[in-house]
Amino acid sequence: MTAEIQSNDTSPSAMSKFFKSVGLLRESPIAIFGLSLILFWVILAILAPILPLYDPNAPLEPFKMPLSDARDGGLYWLGTDHKGRDILSRVIFGAQQVLIWATTATAVAYIVGMLMGVVAGYLGGWWDEVISFISNVLLSFPVIVLYIIIITYLGATGFNIVLAVTFASAPGIMRIVRGLVLDLRTRDYIFAAQTRGESAMYIMLVELLPNARGPLIVDACLRLGYTTITIAMLGYLGLGLPPPDPDWGKMIAETQPLGSFAGHMAIVPAAAISSLVLGFNLLADGLREISMKD
Amino acid sequence: MLILAFRRFLSMALIMVIVSFTLFAIFESDKLSVAGKVLGPYSNTEQRELWLDQNGYNEPFLERYVTWVGNALTGDFGYSIQYKSPVADVLWPRLGNTAILAGLYMLFMIPLSLTLGVIAGMKEGSIQDRVVSVGSVLTTSVPEFASATFFSAIFVFWLGWLPGTSAMTSGFSWAEIFLPVFVLVMYGFGYTTRMTRASMAEVMTSHYIRTAVLKGIPYRRVIMKHALRNALIAPFTVIILQLNWLLSGVIVVEVFFAYKGFGKLLLDAALFGDIFVIEACTLVAVFVAVFSQFISDIGYTLLNPRIRFT
Amino acid sequence: MEEQTPILECRNLCISYDTRGGEIPAVIDFNMKVMPGQGVGIVGESGCGKSTVALAIMQYLGSNGYIKSGEIFFHGRDMRTMSEEELRALRGSKIAMIYQEPMASLNPSMKIGDQLAEVPLFHEDVTVSEAKARALELLEAVKLPDPKRIMDAYPHQISGGQQQRVVIAMALLSKPDLLLLDEPTTALDVTVERGIVELVKEISAEFGTAMVYISHNLGLILDTCDRVTVMYSGEAVEDGTVNEVFDEMCHPYTSGLFASIPLPGADKNERPLVPIPGQLPLPHQRPQGCFFGPRCAFFKAGTCDQEKVPMRPVEGEEGHTVRCARFEDIDWAEGDHEAVTVKSVKSGKIVLDVKNMKKYYEVRSSSIFSMIRGDAVKTVKANENINFNAREAETVAIVGESGCGKSTFAKVLMGLEEATDGQVILNGEDLAHVSVQKRKARTVGHLQMVFQNPFDTLNPSHSVGSQIARVIRKFGVEKDPDKVREKVNELLDLVKLPRDFAHRRPRQLSGGQKQRIGIARAFAGNPAVVVADEPVSALDVSVQAAVTGLLTEIQNDLRSTLLFISHDLSVVRYLSDRVVVMYLGHIVEQGTTDEVFSPPYHPYTEALLSAVPIADTSVEQKQIILKGDIPSAMNPPPGCPFQTRCPRKIGSICETEMPPVKELSSGHTILCHLEDDVLNAMEPVIVTHSEEKIA
Repeated sequence: MTAEIQSNDTSPSAMSKFFKSVGLLRESPIAIFGLSLILFWVILAILAPILPLYDPNAPLEPFKMPLSDARDGGLYWLGTDHKGRDILSRVIFGAQQVLIWATTATAVAYIVGMLMGVVAGYLGGWWDEVISFISNVLLSFPVIVLYIIIITYLGATGFNIVLAVTFASAPGIMRIVRGLVLDLRTRDYIFAAQTRGESAMYIMLVELLPNARGPLIVDACLRLGYTTITIAMLGYLGLGLPPPDPDWGKMIAETQPLGSFAGHMAIVPAAAISSLVLGFNLLADGLREISMKD
Repeated sequence: MLILAFRRFLSMALIMVIVSFTLFAIFESDKLSVAGKVLGPYSNTEQRELWLDQNGYNEPFLERYVTWVGNALTGDFGYSIQYKSPVADVLWPRLGNTAILAGLYMLFMIPLSLTLGVIAGMKEGSIQDRVVSVGSVLTTSVPEFASATFFSAIFVFWLGWLPGTSAMTSGFSWAEIFLPVFVLVMYGFGYTTRMTRASMAEVMTSHYIRTAVLKGIPYRRVIMKHALRNALIAPFTVIILQLNWLLSGVIVVEVFFAYKGFGKLLLDAALFGDIFVIEACTLVAVFVAVFSQFISDIGYTLLNPRIRFT
Repeated sequence: MEEQTPILECRNLCISYDTRGGEIPAVIDFNMKVMPGQGVGIVGESGCGKSTVALAIMQYLGSNGYIKSGEIFFHGRDMRTMSEEELRALRGSKIAMIYQEPMASLNPSMKIGDQLAEVPLFHEDVTVSEAKARALELLEAVKLPDPKRIMDAYPHQISGGQQQRVVIAMALLSKPDLLLLDEPTTALDVTVERGIVELVKEISAEFGTAMVYISHNLGLILDTCDRVTVMYSGEAVEDGTVNEVFDEMCHPYTSGLFASIPLPGADKNERPLVPIPGQLPLPHQRPQGCFFGPRCAFFKAGTCDQEKVPMRPVEGEEGHTVRCARFEDIDWAEGDHEAVTVKSVKSGKIVLDVKNMKKYYEVRSSSIFSMIRGDAVKTVKANENINFNAREAETVAIVGESGCGKSTFAKVLMGLEEATDGQVILNGEDLAHVSVQKRKARTVGHLQMVFQNPFDTLNPSHSVGSQIARVIRKFGVEKDPDKVREKVNELLDLVKLPRDFAHRRPRQLSGGQKQRIGIARAFAGNPAVVVADEPVSALDVSVQAAVTGLLTEIQNDLRSTLLFISHDLSVVRYLSDRVVVMYLGHIVEQGTTDEVFSPPYHPYTEALLSAVPIADTSVEQKQIILKGDIPSAMNPPPGCPFQTRCPRKIGSICETEMPPVKELSSGHTILCHLEDDVLNAMEPVIVTHSEEKIA
């Protein structure tokens, strides 16, 4: 009985795994394009301090159109705004802000939502009742109302924005994770773990969550995009981070009334945010497509 | 069925109680700051104490809450600090304006996204599917304040076809309402389209569609009679629940186009610190959201015989 | 048979699918002829292309499948040249199909009556009311109870067996010339399956419908078909009449397939199981020459691994063809595959003793509000008065269909649920009320389980080795990392897998290999008792024997007790010492294997034995067809649990009183009201033609 000894070869090392996942991306041009858009902004944001940029808050010459020469011999690639600040510099430093806060807020919301979801889904019973009810209460708030209440009550700081995003997103994440866990918990390997007396904590964190990662990665990408929109929207509505740091949403809000004669001031940040969100959405789409094929 | 409706209704009521209580606790547990907001920053403590006493704020907290809820139920939301008039007088007309905006949005978005979604989902991977899918990702990536910027630049400043603001100072105007609705639809249709497409595509690969085709009934009937009914269950709930997200877009659009609606009222109140208006607006918004959830649950049950008869 | 046009003929049919990895041939060079009124079986394991043939006949291959070459003639016309409209007119009217999963095949949001009425409405010139009348007539013809109610019902409101009857009614509505059945009973319980198979046979005889019956079960094919085609990896390997193929098989795969399935008519010592080594090749890993070559005992290099092997006729048997390069030269005695032998091991002391165990569930609506309102709580008696014991090195089979309570029993045993009442004594320690969390590591290690579904028995996120190592540490067998690694290797040796499998991920393993790892994991703590829950039922037939053999071999060597949960009486007869038959939470019969398989029987055991499909032409089974479906455990009948379907029901006593536990001989008990003389007068269900009494 020398049975079943042929199978596909394998050599698992962290390196090869990484290349494999990048290689997988190759199968979806959409995902590649999305990832490039994201990387474009991430790299600009990281390099911002060493790039030859004007100070984003310095009043230079107001209302310069894109590609006009600066007094000091430089070039305003994207022009300046009504206060004479260099738009290119503001967009790049704005990217820094939005990326930092969107990632932090999404990550925190994810940790909270995932824990809630895995506990509700796996332990069930009263845990599920209580967690689901809290989520339902939070989900019954229109998200914007939740933001407005939290931010007017606690003030517009980065921490409070993270808090508001967590309140608004965690219930949704909880629902997704709970649904996945309800499905996964009926698998035999969970049964096997239970029959060898593993603790609930071990089963939730080691046996369940790693297997939910596929759909969660896709959802996280979408949510990153949505959080980016949220942060910019709060900025636009005047509920965002306090000045003077550049904020894409606020840039639109400040310059939009002047659109009739200097449209570029609002169009540039609007295009910036759209391209970043598009990047997240396309990456999510591509990843979903790849995972469906397997 | 009735039991289910009743149960949903109870849970809706419970949520409203919890929300209203939380709201009340957040905004009115600190009595002095309420008085400060009402009387302005230059009032002194004595004046504030007096006001509190006159307005029944020295009753126990729970009692105040009950009175407040009772008043709200009869349409009395208090007095707006910013507009110097009863909140109800400001609230209802604004809500009406927003209802027009949201109604028009639904009117265009629903047929558009259902049609596109069904067309795309009918044949997964076909040309029409790819066009619709890519199109909907593109539009959902451009948030309302960005698309409003782009469309104003084109239609208002460049072509000059449409007005840039929608304040409706001289009565209702189709030209003024066009851009706000257009912006909302552009951002909003993608999500429902994608849901419909996914739902339709799943149904099309199901075994019962195979059965229907192999029964030899015409393709049109397979789609109309077998696929659509099952495919539209999921989008139905999504459309109704979208009300929750729609409010964000509505606020942005109302601010951008200076449209006098509910969203702008809420935002202005928040920025101004007009607490009674905030409370009233939040209550109304949550009520609409919870009620739409209720409708969606009931509708889902009605549409889905697998739940209806068990 | 006189010369006439076949209803269906496939000529040199090649079907491919386009995938990411390029073109994958699913069916290669397939030929088939179906004459009017004939039943033709296609038999093969998963992935052999048998369902693809059926869908190709329907011209429904999905967006990435296509007929690459060859022809399909229906009444002499090539179906590939037909227009969409012509095809539509044929489908459902001249050719109808019955599917594997009846629930999924019916539209969930449309009433059954409407779904049925569509068929005549779109194929014949009838009014709606005429169509409905026809639908009702057919529902009666397929023996559904209360057809009027079913017309008005939605699919989820009726049981699986009833759904399949509805699908059959739908297929027969326009009196088709050809019926395609794609594993029509695989999703159903054995006794329900028997009813459906009888119905299909009756109907094809009555309407004179030709059938193509696709199944992995040789027994069902024998029961329903005149001719059979055996498929392997996309090719037909043997084709002939049922008797030719079953009695004088010429292809090594066919013979291997027969040798690897247990027959309940045969004794294990007389006819040992011989597994086919290796596994089915993936489509892109098919070998040169004969696809079966690498697994074949009669493989000859130079002959079998050269060019494509054609189908060749067997001399003297017209119409019997075989795809083997050297079947005439094979000396069947020379094959050197190792047989699985189940040694008779002397059993030792009692290891596990279950006394009056009861498990009730309380079911209530889960929402907060129903709790506030205090809704009535319903009690589900999942296990009622379970009494049995198992000795060291003994194999005890627990047999029953869905809802019989065997999985609840396993949960109580493993400590995932607490018993409501009674005792579960393992090595002198009562575990009935000790949850697994509270059991000592050694105790947990002493009572382990092998699971049913190989595809989720292992956690896909962790490597095989780390999963085994976790068990070793958890049971306190070893702590030192080096020793743990050593023990992992030993366990891999034990289940005959190479040691480097420790680094693999579960998805890199085949179903059989995963099941072996599952066995290694169960035996990591030197268990006293191993519960195997249908351990091979999800595996391919040719792999089943090897895994079963491995499991019993290890069990024998380690002198563990094996509780073998199964619905398959053939396997049970083969490897167990004692059998416990369960129905709706009750043990209805228990005794040694010989006692249970020979009369007197409990009426349910009798029906079960009559329902097992047996792939042996020399065996005759008594026909006992049970009415209706298994009642729900939520709503059990009063009195005897089996009274609603029992063919031997005596009268009102069965409906009112729980039957007594009758001890027929020491250890052989039956839960039944039948008098002793009736029991003693029972005849064996399974008899071979030589009149020799087997069971």
